[in-house]
Amino acid sequence: MATSVAAHVPAAAAARRSGIWSWITTTDHKRIGILYGVTAFMFFLLGGLEALIIRAQLASPNNTLVDADTYNQLFTMHGTTMIFLAVMPLSAAFFNYIIPLQIGARDVAFPRLNAFSYWVFLFGGLFINASFLFGAAPDGGWFGYANLTSKAYSPGLNIDFWVLGLQILGIASLAAGFNFVVTIINMRAPGMKLMRMPVFTWMALVTQFIVITAFPVITIALVFLMFDRFFGTNFYNVTAGGDLLLWQHLFWLFGHPEVYILILPTMGMVSEVLPTFSRKPLFGYAVVVYSGVLIAIMGWGVWSHHMFATGLGPIADSVFGATTMLIAIPTGVKIFNWIATMWGGRIQLKAPMLFAIGFIAMFIIGGLSGVMHSSPPSDLQQTDTYFVVAHIHYVLVGGAIMGIFAAIYYWWPKVFGRMLHDGMGKAHWGFMLLGMNLSFFPMHFIGLLGMPRRIYRYDTALGLDTLNLVASIGAFILGASFLIFIFNVFWTRKRGQLAGKNPWNAATLEWAISSPPPVYNFSVLPTVSSRLPLWTEHGVSEIPDVPPEPVHVPGGTIWPILTAAGILAIAGGAIMHTLWIVLAGALFMVFSIYRWAFEPFEV
Amino acid sequence: MTHAVAHDTSTGLDNRKMAFWLFIGSECLLFGSLIATYLVYEGRSISGPTTHEILNIPLTSISTFDLLMSSLAMVLALAAVARGDKLWSRVWLATTALLGSMFLGFQAYEFTHFVREGLTLQVNLFGSTFFVLTGFHGGHVFVGVMWLLTLLFRSFQGKLGPDKALNVEIAGLYWHFVDVVWIVIFTVVYLIQRQ
Amino acid sequence: MTDTAQRAEQHAHPSTGTYLAVAGVLTVITLVEVGVFYVPGFRSVLAPVLLILSGTKFSLVVMFYMHLKSDHRLFTAIFTLPLLIAVGVITALLFLFGAFSLN
Repeated sequence: MATSVAAHVPAAAAARRSGIWSWITTTDHKRIGILYGVTAFMFFLLGGLEALIIRAQLASPNNTLVDADTYNQLFTMHGTTMIFLAVMPLSAAFFNYIIPLQIGARDVAFPRLNAFSYWVFLFGGLFINASFLFGAAPDGGWFGYANLTSKAYSPGLNIDFWVLGLQILGIASLAAGFNFVVTIINMRAPGMKLMRMPVFTWMALVTQFIVITAFPVITIALVFLMFDRFFGTNFYNVTAGGDLLLWQHLFWLFGHPEVYILILPTMGMVSEVLPTFSRKPLFGYAVVVYSGVLIAIMGWGVWSHHMFATGLGPIADSVFGATTMLIAIPTGVKIFNWIATMWGGRIQLKAPMLFAIGFIAMFIIGGLSGVMHSSPPSDLQQTDTYFVVAHIHYVLVGGAIMGIFAAIYYWWPKVFGRMLHDGMGKAHWGFMLLGMNLSFFPMHFIGLLGMPRRIYRYDTALGLDTLNLVASIGAFILGASFLIFIFNVFWTRKRGQLAGKNPWNAATLEWAISSPPPVYNFSVLPTVSSRLPLWTEHGVSEIPDVPPEPVHVPGGTIWPILTAAGILAIAGGAIMHTLWIVLAGALFMVFSIYRWAFEPFEV
Repeated sequence: MTHAVAHDTSTGLDNRKMAFWLFIGSECLLFGSLIATYLVYEGRSISGPTTHEILNIPLTSISTFDLLMSSLAMVLALAAVARGDKLWSRVWLATTALLGSMFLGFQAYEFTHFVREGLTLQVNLFGSTFFVLTGFHGGHVFVGVMWLLTLLFRSFQGKLGPDKALNVEIAGLYWHFVDVVWIVIFTVVYLIQRQ
Repeated sequence: MTDTAQRAEQHAHPSTGTYLAVAGVLTVITLVEVGVFYVPGFRSVLAPVLLILSGTKFSLVVMFYMHLKSDHRLFTAIFTLPLLIAVGVITALLFLFGAFSLN
């Protein structure tokens, strides 16, 4: 099944690498990165559509566009989709494509496991969205609080889809977590010491550690919920003595580290873009790296700040309030370092740079509202209101999404060999900035003036009609901005300027090879002697255009996608409450794992 | 099992061994969450059987000893594979699998006995937390036994020479970790019975 | 495996005698644990004593059977960090659910 390809024989290589079968069986990190990116972007649009329907409903008081049940499904799926199916996989797209190139490797440590992660992600996303076909999309919020999610209060399939879907997605994330940690620690080119790695790779490393430690906790929380719903256990059953806060604790033990999973990679992306377009190295590289590490560690100590309204008691409230305030320190440090990077630099306001600067500004605003939440007394007014919605969207849209678009515009030429149109990129940025501020800034006031979250309609007596309308208009402008990006993508497919190796004159290793890179990435593995190899004399050894010796490139294999299919079948059987399908799926999965384990596959 | 052509790695350590230790790290959090829940809910059952009435310390001590000895058999198996000793590789691998299966047998007996005594998944908090915690552990033992039997099969195929010692070592890491989790469970569930 | 890693492995393997000795100690500790469980005098210190004993068993298996003592320190770090987080989570949850309160 797996074949060896001598990659300096172009015709034979090309034949094996075209067509849909080659994509289904691919183990090439670059292809998997593109798959992640395209799939995640589709889900991003879907999550955006859900948001627009929400905002259309809330544009006027007592609106009747959607009913309460539909509204619950919309905001649940919007959150779940954006977090698990959009932002995380968009970051994963860059982990996949860029990390091996930045560390001087030919691929990740476990290429088949990498493919497996993608297919499991795709199947998980399809599974959870298939719920719409049954009119039973998850409707308990992305955080699924017990005991609303119990069988008694949610008798339909909605929560079953949610529980099973998230478990599938968790497998994908964990597998990728193991893969990237080993890749980054163990597959660096000679001379690529840890403290010479690009900050993006560093932040990816830290993020994967968070994934590896946090995802098991939500796995167990979900197992308990699944057992309660399917088998009648008592984990979240109050009449049996169960405590509903158990769910909240387990969920937020995962959920808070999760937000650092969402933001740290994008901070890494921004840390690459800013130096390139300031023509200056990142200010305080070591401090930026250590701050990221600190954020990951401290992120484990703050989770109950999501629970200030549950009556934890003064000791717990004080402790978590304090730890939450403390975590603002390493975060703030990064911001100062980014600003110092730009200070005195020769700023080039290209599209990637605009998105990166936008990230800094928007994230500061989001961080300020975040710090306001950190005090339990003030949080008691803010929690469950639109003030929190404002906070999360400033950090996630203004922060994470802007950061991701900075990365998209920055690395697009490397991946596709053509530049995106910079003018259109700037227009996209401008409308995005306008739209998101118009939408989310009013929400600070909407929230403090008393409008709760997650309500499908509000009365005009609240006096918030105009602010809500403005927020809705902003949302549509924000949505429209992405149309500019989509047009840009199609317009530049044939007409985009050819990129060359290093169109931005950047410093890191991925810019030393052609755009797009050859299938084997590096004709010879480079030796690196600097943190900024392309900005330093003799910073990297010469990389010939053609490999002096044949380079082994692993072939394709069907077992990763088939193993993923087995997992999907297990979930399908479970939601249908049909044991034989579960067992058949499990057997097929085990069979595929054995075939995977025993096939001859050379990395 | 086949494995990739070895590349020089940045640390000199094998990729798969590193990945497996990371996996073990994640399992610490998995079992940690299960154990935390068990401890948090201990003594809070409103009705139904409780620990004092139903846990069988002598029997569980034996099964605990059984699992500890299986870890001994596992390291002896690894040593045998590493020195190319076909006979003792198979003896020790089979012994480990056998001891693991016996542990599962003890557990199956315990579970069915408990159910007959009225402790079910659904009857109270203790039933839910006990069966899910020990059941997850037992599931891990089961996977381990399957893994060991696979290695045994490969050995009989003549495909488990010293060059494959890493495969056995990784299976060993899994097996010992499952043993170590049981050490914690035995102490925390069976021996330290809080009010 | 690279040459260096292979050499490291070969240097590190404990002998059969060591393995048997560890097994012996594990057996003895288990017997003591069960014994302590049945001795009424130990009731008040049961938990700390048992935790120390089982902690010892845990460490022995991890250090010798899983080889952590003689392997590269990186593996120890990879194992210890999540372990510490897990212990922290258990402790914090016990506290938050009132296990250490005076009533």
